[in-house]
Amino acid sequence: MVQEQRREVARVELIEVSKRFGAVHALTDVSLRVARGSVHALVGENGAGKSTLGKILAGVVAPDGGRMLLDGAPASFRSPREALEAGIAAIAQELSLVPQLTVAENVFLAREPRAAGFVRRRRLRQQFERLAETAGFDIPGDVVAGRLRPAEQQKVEILRALASSADVIVMDEPSAALSRPDAEHLHEIIRRLARAGKTILLISHFLREVLDLADTVTVLRDGRLIRTSPARNESEASLIDAMLGRPLTAMFPPKRAPGADAPLVLSVRDLRAPGVAGASFDLRAGEILGLAGLVGAGRTELARALVGASRRESGWVELADGARLPANPRASLRAGVAMIPESRTADGLIFSRSVVENVSLSSLDRLARLGVVRRRREKEATRAILDRCDVRTRAYSAPVRSLSGGNQQKVLFARVLMGNPSVVIADEPTRGVDVGAKLAIYEFLVSLAEHGLGVLLISSELEEILGLAHRVLVMRRGEIVSELRGDEISDAAILTAAFAEPAAAGAA
Amino acid sequence: MTTPAGANEAVLSQAARLRRAWAGNTAVWARLQNGGILFPFLALFLTLSLTSSSFATKTNLLNILDQQSATLLIAAAGTLVVVAGGIDLSVGATYTLGGVTAAHFAQTENPALSIFLGIGIGLLVGAANGLVVTALRINSLIATLASFFVVGGLASLVSGGNLITLFDRPGFGKLAQSEFLTVRTSIWLALGVTAVLAACLAWTTAGRYMYAAGGNADAARLAGVRVDAVRVLTFVLSGTAASLAGVVDASRVLSAQSTGGDVNLTFTVVAAIVVGGTSIAGGEGAVWRTVVGVLFIALIGNGYLLLQFNSIYESITTGVILILAVALDSWSRVRRR
Repeated sequence: MVQEQRREVARVELIEVSKRFGAVHALTDVSLRVARGSVHALVGENGAGKSTLGKILAGVVAPDGGRMLLDGAPASFRSPREALEAGIAAIAQELSLVPQLTVAENVFLAREPRAAGFVRRRRLRQQFERLAETAGFDIPGDVVAGRLRPAEQQKVEILRALASSADVIVMDEPSAALSRPDAEHLHEIIRRLARAGKTILLISHFLREVLDLADTVTVLRDGRLIRTSPARNESEASLIDAMLGRPLTAMFPPKRAPGADAPLVLSVRDLRAPGVAGASFDLRAGEILGLAGLVGAGRTELARALVGASRRESGWVELADGARLPANPRASLRAGVAMIPESRTADGLIFSRSVVENVSLSSLDRLARLGVVRRRREKEATRAILDRCDVRTRAYSAPVRSLSGGNQQKVLFARVLMGNPSVVIADEPTRGVDVGAKLAIYEFLVSLAEHGLGVLLISSELEEILGLAHRVLVMRRGEIVSELRGDEISDAAILTAAFAEPAAAGAA
Repeated sequence: MTTPAGANEAVLSQAARLRRAWAGNTAVWARLQNGGILFPFLALFLTLSLTSSSFATKTNLLNILDQQSATLLIAAAGTLVVVAGGIDLSVGATYTLGGVTAAHFAQTENPALSIFLGIGIGLLVGAANGLVVTALRINSLIATLASFFVVGGLASLVSGGNLITLFDRPGFGKLAQSEFLTVRTSIWLALGVTAVLAACLAWTTAGRYMYAAGGNADAARLAGVRVDAVRVLTFVLSGTAASLAGVVDASRVLSAQSTGGDVNLTFTVVAAIVVGGTSIAGGEGAVWRTVVGVLFIALIGNGYLLLQFNSIYESITTGVILILAVALDSWSRVRRR
C-alpha cells in the first residue's frame, strides 16, 4: 500500500536520460520524478547539466537516450512548441523577448486574439491586464519590451509562460538578474503558482532561494544525479557538499584592509552621467571597495562612465599620478583602469573567437611586431595568465563559447590581468557562475588587492560585499548615499541605506 | 547457460571498437565542417577533370583565373568588411568608377598616373563609405547600397556614357596583359593582393580587431579596440580593391564603359564570400574560404560551358548552392550549441 502511494503517477518523469554535446557528456542516465503541484529544484555547479535537463523538458534539446513520461504516458518533443502543447513552458536563462514589441504583444506572442488574421488590440490589452493582475505584476502592457530593465523583462517572461496556460513551468535561473525585492516578489509568485496546482521546475544557484521555495531538491554533478530528497532534509551546507563532492570550509578569504597611508590609485570627483547624479570617492591601493545598491541605483552606470564606456556629463576621474582619465575605454585601459563588465555575453567576450584571442585582445600591441601578432609569444603569455586565473581548460584554441560560465568569467579576468592594470572594476563578477568558480573569483579579487591593485566591486549579492569589501559605498537613485567602513559594514546598514528615502538616510 | 568469459570480452571490445569508430567519424565530420566548401569544390574539380578533357588544361585554368581576377580581388577585401561586421554593396559601382577613371586619364596621361588615379578614387569611395557607416551610424547595407547608386552615377559622368577605348594606348594594357613565368600579371596581381589581405586578416593585430569588431562590437570597444577605425579601414581596403579590379579589367580589355554600377559583380562577390563560409553576421570567416568560394562559382560556369549544358541553368545552380551553403552553415552552428 505504502509502496503504491509512493508510485503515484508523477506529472513529469525522466528515466535514465542522457545527452552529449560532441565529446561532452552533459547528462548521464539521470532519472527524475516531479510530482504534480510541487516546486522541484535542480541545483549543481555550472556545467552540471541542470540547464540541459530543463531544455530537454522544454523541447529545446532532444535527449540521446532515456525516456520521458508525462502523467505516466511516454512523450517526446521535437520542438518547444510540442512541449508547450503538452503543457510545459520554459523561462530561459537568457531573456528571449522581442525587444521591438510591446510587453503585451510579447506575452501573447503567437497567441494573439485574432479576427480574420488581424490582431484584436483592445482584446489583447484586456487579456494582458487580467493576466498581470492575477500574477500581481505592476507592469504597463504598452511599453516596448526592449526598454525595460532586465528584472522587468523577467516578469514579462513569466507572464508569457502563464499566458500559455501551461501547468509545468521550467524556470532557469529566474532571479539571477533580479534585485532583492524583485526576487522576493518572484518567490511569492512561485509559491502562488504552486498553490494553484502548477508544477515548477526551478533551476537556481541561490541555495537559500531553493531551500525557501522547493518541496524537493535534486543535486546534479558532472551530468550525473547525486541525490533527490525533500528540501526540509537539506541545508545550504549539505547542498554545497553534494554539489562540490567535497565540504566547503570557508566561502571568503580573510580580509586584510590596506593601511590609511596606502596611496590613492583613483579619485572620482562629482561625476555626472546618465543615471549617475554626481559621485565622488577615492580608491586606495590594496583596497576592495564595495559598491552596493539596488538594481537600477546607478552602479553599472557609474562604472561605465568611469572608464568612458558611456558619456560623462561633468566631473572628472584622477589617477595616482594626478593625470585625468580620458573618457574612452581604450585610454582608460592604457592608463591602467580596466573593467569586467556586468554582462559577459553582451559586453565581455567575443563568442566566435578562441580563448587565446579573447584573452590577448587588449594586449595585442605588446604581443606583436610590426603589426604582426607573434603567435607563440601570445600563446605562452596567455597560458601563463590563464593558469594564474585557474581556468580549467586545455582547449585554448576552442571558441570561448564552449566554456562554462565560470571559466568564461575567468577568461575576462585573464584579459584584464594581462594588461597589468592598477585599478580593476568588477561588475557582478560572479553572476551566473557556479559555486566552485565563485570561490576562485573571490580568492582572485583578494589576491589582486594584495598585489596592490585597487578593486571596485559591484555586486547585488550582499554576502559578497560583506565578505570581501574593506569599505562599502551604497548607491541610490544615481547618488552615493552612504559610506560604511570596518564594523559599520553590515547587512542591515547596507539595506537601510539602499532602501531609505533621502531624508531618512544617514548621510555619508 | 554459461557465458564464456571470452565471448563477453569479445562483445566488450566490439563495443569499444564501435565507440572508437564513432569518435573517429565525428572527428572527420568536424573537419568536413571546418573545411566547409573546400570538399564540394574539390569534388567539383575532380568531376570536371574526369568528364571534360579540356577542363584540366593549363590554358583553361589560367583563363578562369584571368576572368576571375577582378572578382577575386574584390571578394578578398570584401571578406574583411564582412568579418568586421559590415557589408559593402557599392563594390560593383566602385569597380566601374575605377575602370573608367583610369581609362579616361589613360587617353591623355601616362599609364602609371592614370592607374594611380583609378585606384585612388576607390580609396576615397571606401573612406567615404566607412565614414558614413561609422560617424553617421548608418547600417552598412543601406549606406553602401546608396553609395552604389551615387558612385555608379559618377562613373557614367566620368565616361560621359561612352565606351572609352584604349587600343592605341598599349602601355596601359601592360598592367594586366604582361606575362611573368608564363602567367598573366592580372592573375599575379589578384593572387598577390589576395595573399596580402589573407595574411592581414589572419596574422596581424588589425585582423584580430576585425574579428573582434564583427564578433561583438560592444565587447571589443570595452577591450580597447578602436572599432570605428577598424571598420573604416575595411571599407577603405574594399573600395581600393574594387577600383584596382576595375583598372585591371580595363587594362585587360583596353576599354571601359559605364552604365551605372555592376550589380551582377556585387552579387557575385557577396555570394562568393558567403558560399566560402564566412559568416554574414561577422566575426567568423577567412580569405582562403572566399578564394574557394569565388573559384567554386567560377567552376560552375566553366563546367556549363565545357559540358555544353544549357547556361540558363547556371545562375539557378549558383543560387541553389548559395542556399545550401548557408543552410549547412547555420545547421552546423545549431549542432555546436
